[in-house]
Amino acid sequence: MDFNDTPQEAEFRKEVRSWLDANAPKHLEAELKRASFGSNGLESEDPIKASKAWQKKKAEAGWACLHWPKEYGGGARSAMERVIWSQEEGPYAVLSGLFTIGHGMCGPTVMEWANEEWKERLLPPLASGEEVWCQLFSEPASGSDLAGLRTKAVKADDGSGDWIINGQKIWTSGAQNSDWGLLITRTDPDVPKHKGLTMFFLRMDSPGVKVVPIKQANGASGFNEVYFDDVRIPDDQRLGDVGNGWKVSLTTLMNERLSIGSGMSTGFPELFKFCMDMEIDGEAATADSGVRSKLAQFAVKQSGLKYTGMRAISALSKGETPGPENSIGKLVAGATMQELAMYALDLQGEAGVVWNEVSPQNGRFQAMLMRSPATRIEGGSDEILRNIIGERVLGLPGDIRVDKDVPFKEIPTSGKAKA
Amino acid sequence: MNLDFSDEQKQLRDQVRRFLKENCPPAAVRAILEGGDAYDAKLYQGLADLGVLGAAIPEEYGGVGLGHLELCVVAEELGRVLAPVPVASTVYLGAECLMQAGSEDQKQAWLPKISAGQAIGCWAINEGSGRMQPSKVALTFDGKTVSGSKAPITDGEIADFAIVLAKEGGELSLCLVDLSGNGVTREALDSIDPTRGQAKLTFDGTPATRIGSAGDGWHIATQVMDRAAILIGFEQLGGADRALEMGRDYALDRMAFGRQIGSFQAVKHILADMYVSATLARSNCYYGAWALSSSAAELPIAAATARVSATNAFQHCAKNNIQVHGGMGFTWAFDCHLYYRRSNALALTIGSLSTWESLLIERMSAGNVEAAA
Repeated sequence: MDFNDTPQEAEFRKEVRSWLDANAPKHLEAELKRASFGSNGLESEDPIKASKAWQKKKAEAGWACLHWPKEYGGGARSAMERVIWSQEEGPYAVLSGLFTIGHGMCGPTVMEWANEEWKERLLPPLASGEEVWCQLFSEPASGSDLAGLRTKAVKADDGSGDWIINGQKIWTSGAQNSDWGLLITRTDPDVPKHKGLTMFFLRMDSPGVKVVPIKQANGASGFNEVYFDDVRIPDDQRLGDVGNGWKVSLTTLMNERLSIGSGMSTGFPELFKFCMDMEIDGEAATADSGVRSKLAQFAVKQSGLKYTGMRAISALSKGETPGPENSIGKLVAGATMQELAMYALDLQGEAGVVWNEVSPQNGRFQAMLMRSPATRIEGGSDEILRNIIGERVLGLPGDIRVDKDVPFKEIPTSGKAKA
Repeated sequence: MNLDFSDEQKQLRDQVRRFLKENCPPAAVRAILEGGDAYDAKLYQGLADLGVLGAAIPEEYGGVGLGHLELCVVAEELGRVLAPVPVASTVYLGAECLMQAGSEDQKQAWLPKISAGQAIGCWAINEGSGRMQPSKVALTFDGKTVSGSKAPITDGEIADFAIVLAKEGGELSLCLVDLSGNGVTREALDSIDPTRGQAKLTFDGTPATRIGSAGDGWHIATQVMDRAAILIGFEQLGGADRALEMGRDYALDRMAFGRQIGSFQAVKHILADMYVSATLARSNCYYGAWALSSSAAELPIAAATARVSATNAFQHCAKNNIQVHGGMGFTWAFDCHLYYRRSNALALTIGSLSTWESLLIERMSAGNVEAAA
């Protein structure tokens, strides 16, 4: 056992370091490191412009979309090389947040399902950050049960072959900054829910598309609602066959960005520093036995995630496929951060209620408290993740699905008791 | 990066697993629980013959001269089957202590016998209830003999030698005591886990030799317990994994309301959470194994991390294994309680959970904040 690079890995790391050293936007480093939880925190520059500029620079030097083939603007690098890149990119990786969904999910779906002409048109500007993509999947009435979506696509009656879209999507990250959207719709309500879906992509400036930011429970607005009012999409922007949308969506969902090696944040380093700096009865808080027990429990979760990531990297380094252990990442990180934030406020006493610039660490723990409920829901809720672990890792049977063979239009839409 | 065992180490794991399947089925554990013997002597000799007891002992002292990663692999397998043998007392604590701090004579006298399965050791630190701490030690060492009592001592009833923490003048020293000497009284103690016997040892002018320097007792003991914590962590990890498998298998087998109970999310989510805690523990134990095998500067932090995480996992998996089994899990006939017993006994040995939690943060605070990331 060791934590060392192989000679080839060390060579690659050296190459990455020297390129970053010469090219990274160092004037933004301090600001990016201070990034408050849930935003990239740039104030001195427009965050979108800064993100696009960095992506373009990377693309020109061959460091964009390392997992994509070269002909579409990628770097054709191995999984292990991607891990090393992300370790070295450090604080500048925050600037890639704008492209996460496009590069990790939309791009691979286009690559798998679009024709060659479209691939050549769409993928290179996506890789270089000139065009931004969003994913239009979730709806107000279909979150965990994605296949229950209702946004309708019907053939235009003018013989053009175009599709007319009506409905609403929700929780769309970055819709306001996106040029393109990957859209899943219902084309046939007369068949069971998974069978009547069709996938499209469209310009986000198409007439009839309206993006409305959602004011979240924490007061911020990172997500949007997207409304479709008679939006017209040409048939050649359909991905896969009519009625095959569920299968296409699985390509997207399976390509969720490999978080291997980056390790999800639990907030522990911040809490530990806070406790090192604070006193209880004239002694460091870390000398208090109650504080120690709590901190130790957070610490072993943090390190457990860190070394779980390293076990996955070890597998990649040997050319093997990582095991299912990475499936615990978000489940542990989300719940830990929420509990940790509550504890950090508890240590602040009644002053923990105050959330302003004089709050410890500039209000970071209050921000974690208010953001962490979302972490436990987005991208697969804690409950869905437990189902996935139970069914795919432990081999337990799936739940009985009462709507599986029922035509979509006959599935009940309201749980309210009848009068 | 290679945070995994080697192919050879995995082969050793398979070999030990096959051996234990044959020689340590649940019936063998139950025989110790229900019978009169304090441990499974035949199994213990079999492990010695397999070369397992001397895995990390150098060849010059009669060992196999492999290393600590191999010992970690063995510990996990012993933990999986709840092997009712004194390996932790004898090897993780006894042999480790002698290898770390023993004199040449002490090593020559005991290490070959430990490897051969001919000497059982015990770690005699505790003196009664409450957290283990230096100020509580009353047993004395006068340079030649020890006098006083120690309890509870795991495997104290069957041990051939004891490593005893004693007051020497105003300081603490570690002593090696041949338990066949004069003035030794042993008293078996009832415990929550009879598959690992507990005893009270009383010494009255019993001959002893010091291990290391006078006044170094607590320091050496701490170093030895750090190393043992990682190995015991692997035993806990093995137990946690097996308890998870038992719960999973039962959830697949047992029908209620016309379906397998594992299809109910209330049950499935319990099992998913067991998988999470076992996975965190495995990753933390691998970190510990790396530190142990490379004698890294991070060893004290890695040991406490592995120990806290493995204790969490085994207790969590063992208690919820019973929950998944429902009423059947609380019967004597099902094996769930064997894991529950062992998980709670191991949670207390060489310092309880809260002791290790405290150590972890004390060490992180004393070290660098980097360790927190």
